[in-house]
Amino acid sequence: MTGIVEAQDLKAYYISRAYGVERTVKAVDGITMSVNEGEIYGIAGESGCGKSTLLKVLLGAQTPPLTVVDGSVKYHFGDEEIDVLALKENGQREIRWKKVSYIPQGSMHVLNPVRRIRDSFHDFITAHRAVSKKESYVMARDYLRDLGLPEKVLAAFPHQLSGGMRQRVTIALATILWPKLIFADEPTTALDVVVQRGVIQLLKEIQQTKGSTVVLITHDLGVHANLADRIAVLYAGKVVEEADTRTILKNPRHPYTQYLIKSLPKLDTRDERVSIPGRPPALDKPPSGCRFHPRCPLAYDKCRTEDPQVVTIEPGHRVACHLVTEEISHAAVASAQH
Amino acid sequence: MTLFKQFVLPRLVQYVIVIFVGVTITFLIPRLSPINPVDQAMSRLQSFQNADPESTLALRNSLQDLYGLNGNILTQYVNFWKRLVQGDLGPSFIAFPQKVTDIISTSIWWTVGLLGTTTVIAWLLGLILGSLSGYFPNRWWSELMDKSLITIYPIPYYILAFILLILFTYYLPIFPLVGGGQGVPRLTLDYIGSVIYHSFLPALSLVIASISFRFIISKALTSTERSSDYVQYAEMAALPKRKILFSYVIRNTMLPQVTDLGLSLGTIFEGALITEVVFGYPGLGTALYNAINSSDYNLIMGITLLSIVGIATASLLIDLSYPLFDPRIRFR
Amino acid sequence: MSTVRDLLRFSPSFRVGALILLATLVLVVLSFFSPYRPDRNRVVPTNKPPQAKYIMGTNANGQDVFWMLTFAVRDTLIVAGLAVLIGRSIGVTLGMVSGYLGGTWDRVASSIVDSFIVIPRLPLLILIAAILHGEMTLPLLGALIGLLDWAYPSKRYRAQILSLRERDFTHTAVFAGMNTLKVVIEEHLPFVIPFLLADVVSGFLFAIGFEVTLSVLGLSDLQTQSIGTMLYWGNYYNSLLANRLWVLAAPIVASILIVVGFYLVSIGLSSYLDPRTRLARMQVKTEVSEPDEPLTPELQGINA
Repeated sequence: MTGIVEAQDLKAYYISRAYGVERTVKAVDGITMSVNEGEIYGIAGESGCGKSTLLKVLLGAQTPPLTVVDGSVKYHFGDEEIDVLALKENGQREIRWKKVSYIPQGSMHVLNPVRRIRDSFHDFITAHRAVSKKESYVMARDYLRDLGLPEKVLAAFPHQLSGGMRQRVTIALATILWPKLIFADEPTTALDVVVQRGVIQLLKEIQQTKGSTVVLITHDLGVHANLADRIAVLYAGKVVEEADTRTILKNPRHPYTQYLIKSLPKLDTRDERVSIPGRPPALDKPPSGCRFHPRCPLAYDKCRTEDPQVVTIEPGHRVACHLVTEEISHAAVASAQH
Repeated sequence: MTLFKQFVLPRLVQYVIVIFVGVTITFLIPRLSPINPVDQAMSRLQSFQNADPESTLALRNSLQDLYGLNGNILTQYVNFWKRLVQGDLGPSFIAFPQKVTDIISTSIWWTVGLLGTTTVIAWLLGLILGSLSGYFPNRWWSELMDKSLITIYPIPYYILAFILLILFTYYLPIFPLVGGGQGVPRLTLDYIGSVIYHSFLPALSLVIASISFRFIISKALTSTERSSDYVQYAEMAALPKRKILFSYVIRNTMLPQVTDLGLSLGTIFEGALITEVVFGYPGLGTALYNAINSSDYNLIMGITLLSIVGIATASLLIDLSYPLFDPRIRFR
Repeated sequence: MSTVRDLLRFSPSFRVGALILLATLVLVVLSFFSPYRPDRNRVVPTNKPPQAKYIMGTNANGQDVFWMLTFAVRDTLIVAGLAVLIGRSIGVTLGMVSGYLGGTWDRVASSIVDSFIVIPRLPLLILIAAILHGEMTLPLLGALIGLLDWAYPSKRYRAQILSLRERDFTHTAVFAGMNTLKVVIEEHLPFVIPFLLADVVSGFLFAIGFEVTLSVLGLSDLQTQSIGTMLYWGNYYNSLLANRLWVLAAPIVASILIVVGFYLVSIGLSSYLDPRTRLARMQVKTEVSEPDEPLTPELQGINA
């Protein structure tokens, strides 16, 4: 089965040159992933691990200095295959918002400050559908009503709305044309807990009513636990582990994922939360071998020299770690000997 | 009421202070001149006829009165204000007994016509070209405009005007050397045509000079806007480029742009001194230049006051109209 | 020094600008070796077109245009330099008082500045020059231009400082107990200096423009050589109608080159010193960094 989004060995670097200093930041470095239709696919990781860059490339929205140096991104809508990285401006206009949409981070000023909300809706709708001003207003009003948002926000300017309402309006603006595929970048960051909950509910509702596929990026594993069907954990531009949400939370295999899970606060215990020692590496000079080895307590010689391959250890569970790979092959050898 | 108290009132107070200071400086500076206008007027009048000492004295007194030079400087200052509020700027010195207000009102239309038109044209063109160039910085036409206007921008206006004059009246004599128009001022097609023909070169020099500044400002503003979240989001949503450029980029740069337009419209009454002198154009600038050369106090003060009031009023109006351009100010 | 080397290598506008200014400097130095005095007439044959002996020709006063140009460039730069020094001293001081002291100081300084801004400068300057007629010297002209060109700069410095005060690092530094002077010098100066440099250049452009304008109108010391007075005498003897373009071309071309040179240098400098590009130069990584979040992810919303 092919996924609705397929990334093959994707490499995207920031290549910049300023006053003779050339610098290459390998923000996405060999990522392969497949998102199934109708699921919520979570991408987790610390700040600076390349999450947002990955999202940009998956959307085909990379602009210099970000350059895709290798790999491919494909969408599958039914039988139609779209080579995202080959799309020109017109091709992008064809699919954006109608088929593929994007929800930006909550704290961003993504709404034009001098336009009323209804005019923003009008702009975004008419960029893809030939409707009149009046029709677009009606569409916006009906949609907001469906989502349970007050329709009086349509007459407001962005600065008159609260942060949470602005984010909900932005989500409505992103999904008004019922896209099959929605990319969301930290949609709940910078919102307070109660508001976050409302935004999560809204996202879930939209996804369930229309069966859209959502690719959700957040550093917040709590949000992933609440929303995602499957989670990919990113570290320094690479996928280190991918599995369904339950497996990731209950049976994480990569030492980094284990740390991430351990660092989550739990209500039933008073154990101290563990935070990961060290900082994520600078992506312009990543460590040799496994990129996590400087921070990994279990690292051994091989980790310092050899980059671990992503290995499927059980159906739907992929890990990139020498230890896990060896354990598996030992087990395989052992079972063969019996 | 709070809007009035917090928003309008401080600006009105500032306006009054500015006008007060401006008027005071205008009053003081010509009085530092070593040339006594009364003496000069006397000697000119006496060159035509010989008068007896008594009538000379009477004449001197009435002239002193007309120029507001009676009494000590404080009395003069008070009287200056008294006349001013009545709209009386006194008689001119070179064109005695013509009133300053009359001289101003004949030359002001030339200046307002020339500067009003060129200011608006240069503002619009500079804004549009600069925004286009800022939004598409890597196109060849964008770089071409950028390079040429950056070269023109720092050139002193006089040099620019002089080069145009050399080129188009001497090497390629397609425009007249001096004047504002030919024939009797009347609303005929001929006369209007002649005015446009005569004003073309001065207008061109003004447009070129101010377009380069507006271009650079617009380009910088646009580059900042381009990286704003809402422009990037609109691009992500594949809104038509034209829509983004006008409703998202340019619309958000309007506040400083309109401020600048207002301020430069306010400076119109200062007259385009250099332009008018270089191209022999019969406006306020030429009047001012002649007035300065002959120490025509009242005329200098009249034109200076006009321009101070013009600029101060323009900036007051701009301040008060901010809420129209930015909804964020409106609701604060 | 490495800054200059970097700029020369990687900023084309700085390179061209620096080259022009170097040539200007050579002219200034040459003026000290001139075989003729700037105020002497009829030392060479009059009105000769450019030739081997007089590479830029001679003028109607019997002066060698090339050597006069060296004086003109020097004197125009002296006028402009003086104007910039005086104008910026007043402007920076007032702007800093407004920006840092705030409150009543700010209100007083701002209303002085705002009142001064509306006063038309060119007519005022022409008026003063006319009053001083005959006694005007070039240094005095520079001082006058400087005394009239501080209101806009001071407004810009005030805005700049206000925005710096609002930045996060100011608050952080203040909370961390840094004293004000230290904050100003260590945290703000790096942002103010590029601004100051660009502003000094714009001051130069303004002053050169004013010098030319006033001299052309015959209001400066006409016995000295400056770009403006060269044009004045050129016009005085109708060089254009008499087909002696070289007399006018020398000061016109020189003035254009000088101002464009200054401007190009300032463009190169400010884009190099601009904190944003400086970050890009030092640390391209900022491009990829996502919003700073604590290393420990919070389990927000899950139990709410």
